Amino acid sequence: MAEPVKSATITVEVNGERFEREVEARRLLVHLLRDDLDLTGTHVGCDTGNCGACTVIVDGLAVKSCMMLAIQTDGASIETVEGLANDGELHPLQQAFSSRHALQCGYCTPGMLMSAKHLLDHNPEPTETEIRRAIQGNICRCTGYVNIVEAIDAAAKGEVSA
Amino acid sequence: MLLREVEYARPSSVAEAVKLLAANDGARPLAGGQTLTNVMKARAAAPDVLVDLNDLDELRGVARSADGGLEIGAMTTLTELIRSETAGETPILGQVASQVADVQVRNRGTIGGNVCVNDPTNHFPPLMVALDATMTVVGESGERTIPAEEFFLGVYMTAVGPGELLTKITLPAANGARYGFDSVAIGRDGTCIVSAAAAVRDNEARVAIGCVAATPMLVKAAPNPEAVKEAVREAQLDPPSDVHAPADYRRALAEIVAARAVAEAE
Repeated sequence: MAEPVKSATITVEVNGERFEREVEARRLLVHLLRDDLDLTGTHVGCDTGNCGACTVIVDGLAVKSCMMLAIQTDGASIETVEGLANDGELHPLQQAFSSRHALQCGYCTPGMLMSAKHLLDHNPEPTETEIRRAIQGNICRCTGYVNIVEAIDAAAKGEVSA
Repeated sequence: MLLREVEYARPSSVAEAVKLLAANDGARPLAGGQTLTNVMKARAAAPDVLVDLNDLDELRGVARSADGGLEIGAMTTLTELIRSETAGETPILGQVASQVADVQVRNRGTIGGNVCVNDPTNHFPPLMVALDATMTVVGESGERTIPAEEFFLGVYMTAVGPGELLTKITLPAANGARYGFDSVAIGRDGTCIVSAAAAVRDNEARVAIGCVAATPMLVKAAPNPEAVKEAVREAQLDPPSDVHAPADYRRALAEIVAARAVAEAE
């Protein structure tokens, strides 16, 4: 895309599956995921880059998908919350969130889980401070964060049941 | 949010990027996009063409220069700056980078973007002024260098002109200088209410204060708390008031934060 284009056909791998879509240059990544690929687990919260509900992992790095253009992800490998569970079995983080009551309304949870996964991918034995800083970009208005921090700690230690 | 219709180009060299920027008055460089995307949502900016710099590997990375200074590519992300071993030899860089926003923003946001946006609450403009950085800017007519002190011109304004691109930030060799940074922020790593960066060398502290004016305010003083506070008082700051702090409080904080930055450097 050396010359300016209004739209382009891009190829992305999402949770291991390959998709090819034509996207307008102005399309945000979160809308590609939700509207074009029907992966509605990724939420739009504030749409201003503050809340983190739209957090996904692009090429191994957690990003807020409302602050990246879909056209920029051509060739990228993307992980969303739908990719966490394996054949219907919840990911340890999901199990820990469930058993530790780390959610109430659940709106922030997909982003929270992806930030937590990004943390554990890079730092399998985080301290409490590291956990808190890792989810700083994810706002939860229900829980007060305590149970979320405990759930991530439990998942890191493999203590996912209640 | 649906953005206004925009065109997108992804050049593979700086020369190509500069050509694209020069070819269209409405073209804007897209670095990490952690500010620009939101500004576009709010329709506060409506570029016609986005020139995505993310393929320009020549603008990424941190290298030691021949004279012992550091050369930081403008597209180096804050996360890369935190992880870089070379940058780690100047710990203030990673220390300040790790206070910007949150993990996700640091994974995309770049040091070049942080300085070029020049939001008065941004972390790197005062740090670059205190460390006496030199900014390298490229345009169709060639390359020029600008001292950080002359780079920041106003709120959201820098010396980077239309059709130009910040490519590199060069830090001079420390030569015994010690660096410090302090801020009062909204939350652990939140938006700064007042920030200050200090470089202490040969019994002189060079302190750049952020959030108190359109551009970082530079004061020089002997490196002790009373002298630094006195110098800040004499600078007669006229900071803005906002929902987080009235002007008087910011003025009072500026003295304390400046003194703490110097103390941290020592």
